[in-house]
Amino acid sequence: MEKIVSNNFKTEEYFVNMGPQHPAAHGVLRLLLTIDGEIIKNVEPDLGYIHRSIEKMCERDSYQQIVHLTDRMDYLSSHINNEAVCLTVEKALEIEVPERVKVIRTIISELTRIASHCLWWGVMGMDVGALTTYFYGFRDREMINDIFEETCGARLTMNYNIPGGLMFDIHPNFVKRTKDFITHFKTKLPEYDRLLTGNIIFQKRTKGVGVLTKEDAISFGTSGPVARGSGFASDVRKRHPYSAYDRVEFKEALFTEGDSFARYQVRIMEMWEAMSIIEQLIDTIPEGDIKTPTKAVIKLPKGEYYQRVETARGELGVYINSSGTKNPYRLKFRSPGFSNLSVLDHITKGSKIGDLVATMASFDFVIPDIDR
Amino acid sequence: MDLTKDYKMNNSDLQNLIGSWFPNPEADKVSEIITNSQTEEGSEENTEVQEPINPSLLEFTEESSEFLNITVQPEQLHSLMSQLKNNDKTSFDYLYCLTGMDWGVELGVIYHLESIDLLHNIVVKVKSADRENPTLDSVYDIWRTAEFHEMEVFDFFGIKFNNHPNLKRLFLTPDWDGYPLRKDYVDDANMVVK
Repeated sequence: MEKIVSNNFKTEEYFVNMGPQHPAAHGVLRLLLTIDGEIIKNVEPDLGYIHRSIEKMCERDSYQQIVHLTDRMDYLSSHINNEAVCLTVEKALEIEVPERVKVIRTIISELTRIASHCLWWGVMGMDVGALTTYFYGFRDREMINDIFEETCGARLTMNYNIPGGLMFDIHPNFVKRTKDFITHFKTKLPEYDRLLTGNIIFQKRTKGVGVLTKEDAISFGTSGPVARGSGFASDVRKRHPYSAYDRVEFKEALFTEGDSFARYQVRIMEMWEAMSIIEQLIDTIPEGDIKTPTKAVIKLPKGEYYQRVETARGELGVYINSSGTKNPYRLKFRSPGFSNLSVLDHITKGSKIGDLVATMASFDFVIPDIDR
Repeated sequence: MDLTKDYKMNNSDLQNLIGSWFPNPEADKVSEIITNSQTEEGSEENTEVQEPINPSLLEFTEESSEFLNITVQPEQLHSLMSQLKNNDKTSFDYLYCLTGMDWGVELGVIYHLESIDLLHNIVVKVKSADRENPTLDSVYDIWRTAEFHEMEVFDFFGIKFNNHPNLKRLFLTPDWDGYPLRKDYVDDANMVVK
C-alpha cells in the first residue's frame, strides 16, 4: 500500500455559515464566511429573514399609520423612528409644533438612546465573554422602560408621536421619575467603566480590532457611533438640529482610533451627554398644548421631503415623495444599520473569526432595521 | 464650523457651477432661466418646474424640495457624479441616501449627496425609460456605500448596474418573481390592496 506523505501542511478555504440563528448575531443575520483556518477571507451578508417590505406597505397606508410601522424597524430607537416620520410630515404640511412637544420629544429621545446603549453595553460584554454586564445593563434599562410604560403606555413600541405633536400629555410622575433615574444612573455609569472599560481582557479583545479609517467611514456612508469612533463628525443633532437640540449644550462624542474600543467609548460618552441634555430640559418643560391640530385625513402637498434624525445607531433618513394624495407615492427609509453593515466585509478581511464577533458587537446591529 | 460655512454654496451657485461643466449650445437661454429661479438655500417655497431645454442636457429643478435637483441622462451620470465628488468647490463626499424610484413610466434612482466639510446638499436623479431591461452605471467606485444600496434597488426595482461587483438579490430569494416596489407589481398572496 502506498503511503501519501505531505511535508507541507496544506490549508484550504472553507465556507461557513454564521447565522441566521447565531447567539452572537442578535437577530436573524446570516453571514457567509469564506475562511482559511481562522482567518476571514470574505464576509458576505445574506439579508431578508425578517424583511417585511415596510416601504411597500407605507405606499398603501395613511401617514398616521406609517408612524406605527416605524416602531418595527429599529425597535430600540422606536421613539426616534416615530419622530422622523412625524417631522417629515410636519415639514411637508409646514406646521410648527408647540415648544412643549419639541422638549418632550427630545427628552424621550435621549432616554431612548440611554436605554438602547444600556442594552448594547450588556450584550457587548456578553459577546466578548463577560456575562455580568448583561444583567447590569438590563437592570438600568428596566427603569427607563418603566418611565415609558407610565407615559406612553408601552415599553418598546411606544407610538407616542403623532404628526403634529404627541398622543397625550406626559404622566404626572414623568419629571420626578426621570430625575430619579438620572440620579441613579450617574452612580451606575462609573460602575460600568470599573466593570468593563478598564478590564484588560476586554481591552485586548477590542483595541486595534476592526479598524475603520475616516475616509472609509465617509465613503461607506456610515453614521452614528460607528462613524464617530473613526473621527467622522456625523451627528445629525449637531449638523442639522431638529426638535430642541438647537437649544441644548452637548459635546459630540468623537474618537479617532476607529477600532471597536473607540466605538465603545463613543457610546459610553453619549450616555453621559444624553443625561446632560435631559438635565438641561427636564426642569423647564414649557407649558402649552401637546399637539397642533391636523386634519383627520392628512394629505401632503405634491413634492419631495427629506428629514434626518439621529437614532441610537446613526442617521435615519425619511424620504417622502408625495403626489398630493393621502398615501405617499414613494417612501424610503435610509436606515443606519444597512449602511453600517456594508463596511463589515471591508474591515474584517484578514482578521480572526473571534474578532468578527467583537467587531459586530461594537457595530450594534438591529436586524429589523437592516431588513425593513 | 463658521469658516467652512463661507464656502457653502447656495442652490443657484451650485447650479451655475455644475451647469458650466456640461456646456450648453443655448447657453443664453439657460442663464436666463437660472436668474428667474434663484431661491435662497433652505427656503422651501415652490418654484415653477422648468421645461427641459434639450433632452440631452442637465435639468435643474427645485420642485417643492429643499434641495437643488438635477436630472441627468444615464450616459452622463457617471461623469457628473465623479465631478461632484472630486471637484474642490462641490466636494460631495457623503452619499447618504440612494433611493430606487418608479415614476410610473420611467424607472430610476435618486441620489442624496452631502458635502461633509462644506455642508451643502444636492439631489441627483437619473431615469431610464426602458422597463424591460433598465440599465444604469454604478457609482460604487465613487462612493463605496452604493454597492449595497444598488443591490437593494436591483432587488426591488430590477434596475441593473454596469460595473457593479456583485449584483444579486439581497433581501428576496434568488428565484423571486418580479420586482415588488414597482408600481405594476401584483402579488395576490402577500399584498393587501386597500
